[in-house]
Amino acid sequence: MYRYTDFDAAFVATRNAQFRAQVERRIDGSLTEDEFKPLRLMNGLYLQLHAYMLRVAIPYGTLNSAQLRQLAYIAERWDKGYGHFTTRQNIQFNWPKLRDVPDMLDALAEVQMHAIQTSGNTIRNVTADHFAGAAADEIADPRPVAELIRQWSTDHPEFQFLPRKFKIAVTGSPNDRAVTKAHDIGLRMIRNDAGKPGFEVIVGGGLGRTPVIGKIVRDFLPEADLLPYLEAVVSVWNLLGRRDNKYKSRIKITVHEHGIDDIRARVEDRFALLRPAFSGVDQQLFAQIKSDFAPPAFEDRDTAPFDQAYEQDSVFRSWADTNLSDHRAPGHAIAQISLKAHGATPGDASADQMRVMADLAARYGHDELRISHEQNIVLPHVHKADLPAIHAALKEAGLATANIGRISDIIACPGMDYCALATARSIPIAQEIATRFDQLKLEHEVGDLKIKISGCINACGHHHVGHIGVLGLDRAGVESYQITLGGDHTENAAIGQRTGPGFAADEIVPAIERIVDTYLSERLSADEAFIDTFARVGMTPFKTALYGENDKRAKAA
Amino acid sequence: MTVLINDTGFLTTDPTRWIDPEARIDLPPDTDPARLRCLLIGKELVRIAFPGFADGRGFTLARMIRQQGYKGWLRAHGHVIADQYAMIRRSGFDDVEIDDDLAARQPEEQWLSRADWQAHDYQSRLRGRAA
Ligand code: SF4
Repeated sequence: MYRYTDFDAAFVATRNAQFRAQVERRIDGSLTEDEFKPLRLMNGLYLQLHAYMLRVAIPYGTLNSAQLRQLAYIAERWDKGYGHFTTRQNIQFNWPKLRDVPDMLDALAEVQMHAIQTSGNTIRNVTADHFAGAAADEIADPRPVAELIRQWSTDHPEFQFLPRKFKIAVTGSPNDRAVTKAHDIGLRMIRNDAGKPGFEVIVGGGLGRTPVIGKIVRDFLPEADLLPYLEAVVSVWNLLGRRDNKYKSRIKITVHEHGIDDIRARVEDRFALLRPAFSGVDQQLFAQIKSDFAPPAFEDRDTAPFDQAYEQDSVFRSWADTNLSDHRAPGHAIAQISLKAHGATPGDASADQMRVMADLAARYGHDELRISHEQNIVLPHVHKADLPAIHAALKEAGLATANIGRISDIIACPGMDYCALATARSIPIAQEIATRFDQLKLEHEVGDLKIKISGCINACGHHHVGHIGVLGLDRAGVESYQITLGGDHTENAAIGQRTGPGFAADEIVPAIERIVDTYLSERLSADEAFIDTFARVGMTPFKTALYGENDKRAKAA
Repeated sequence: MTVLINDTGFLTTDPTRWIDPEARIDLPPDTDPARLRCLLIGKELVRIAFPGFADGRGFTLARMIRQQGYKGWLRAHGHVIADQYAMIRRSGFDDVEIDDDLAARQPEEQWLSRADWQAHDYQSRLRGRAA
């Protein structure tokens, strides 16, 4: 894992002192509210519906047990005893007081964490594959790249007042778990025909009110050109991006308005101009960063305890079947801890739960944890022999829900419960859907199915790329939920299609049930996942189930 | 009236007062970057306008002007706040010109507290040479 250099530590300390002074200068009137706003945003402090919210970066989703314990401490000391993990590998504290925030930032700095550029019109916290360094299918670990970008983008003098926010994601695996095609810039680590490492650069993807799948702007960028090339892209957009309308300011609109070829030409021009400013020292730093991410020493042990538990304990077996993924080292697994207990708020963890997970990581997991964009916690390196003990400890803490990738593993944005922009509730809808399918005992029968819910068209819940997407709108003061089907967040990225008119809050769960029933009756076999059935049969049977022949379900039952 | 600010604080005389009017140019934030080279021929003082402090185009324009080899005076003019002073200097500006009201609200010591703009700078660390 990356350890702060003296430079990083001094930077964060100075930055925190500056923010402390900014809070005071806001109070004494030196700063107007308008001027204070972007300054607090670039330090992660957001104003929500009921209170301030502090969004803390978990760079590329990686943290150690001491860091997670400190998050637990912060949750108890300055918040209501819990934290909310987001779809962008951040943790949010929903109830801090303005005067406490500088102390919270200092507490974060003690464990080499910060809230810098988690908000505002800046380059945001860089995200990466949450299985980085562990996945069996990985070509290269994307985290050193993400860390290099973190350092370059932090306090970048040219890019603190951009037209709008700017998000970068990196993946080192052909199976894209970082949703790179839905970011302002997506980077896929590849090798060219000569075997040289580099990147495919995707630009202009994004969800929000105008969902767009990103386009390739450079099909092979040599590794050493990364920072100057990123700088060229952001620099071109900083001048060209629209500042007259915040809904048209993201780079996806700039690319749409000017065309990808025009953008590519401008970027190459700018790149040629600024490339000489980089002497190559960034590559030396990059090499040091890489050595920080050297893999842990994996043990060679007997997996018999796992095999026995798998055979004898059906609860353990079902958890192992859903929550484990292939690890590159023999005898090991990647274990996911679901923060989606049926009926709970997706992504929330209490301070006590954080401590349990931190202890497990310290004891069994080479002291590493990850946050996934699906709002779950990952123990990336565990030996299979330890899994029965891990499972038992999770069960005791209410963390052993066996539903990763299942219908109740829902991504939901904060919605009306917290967010000032919301037009509808989203957390309660997620809770109702999860509870309903748990009652029906259909979850495992249904298999891989991703539901994603947003509480307004800003799409923080990524509903466009959910197999089933739900968007909560306000129709003349009444919540109305629009459904999309067929979205995909993987390397086959696709935007879901609308089914038709929306559903009232009390109709949405039955509507989801009808969609699932249709899938179950249409699928060729249990091996055909929802997304594949949808690709094969199309929208019609689902439409009929939702809007036509209302008694069809009764007949089938 | 306006106030000029650099690393030494609020200035009482304008260091560019000797520069001929023809050698001065004011650039708006929407200046076409492709025209910069022509616009700068024979210029010794370039002032870039910041109509609002949240409009960050001036930072990129300044950087580009320096990257194209301009060695003359570069001034940020308009709504720039003390918190942006380090960014201003790191982008290649020499000084800042703000109006009296803002100077009264954000007095000299708030600007001086950012005069150490060369410290804690990731960019100089990553580039190894001046941008
Ligand atoms: S999608 Fe809308 S309601 Fe949900 S968090 Fe984003 S802005 Fe708020």
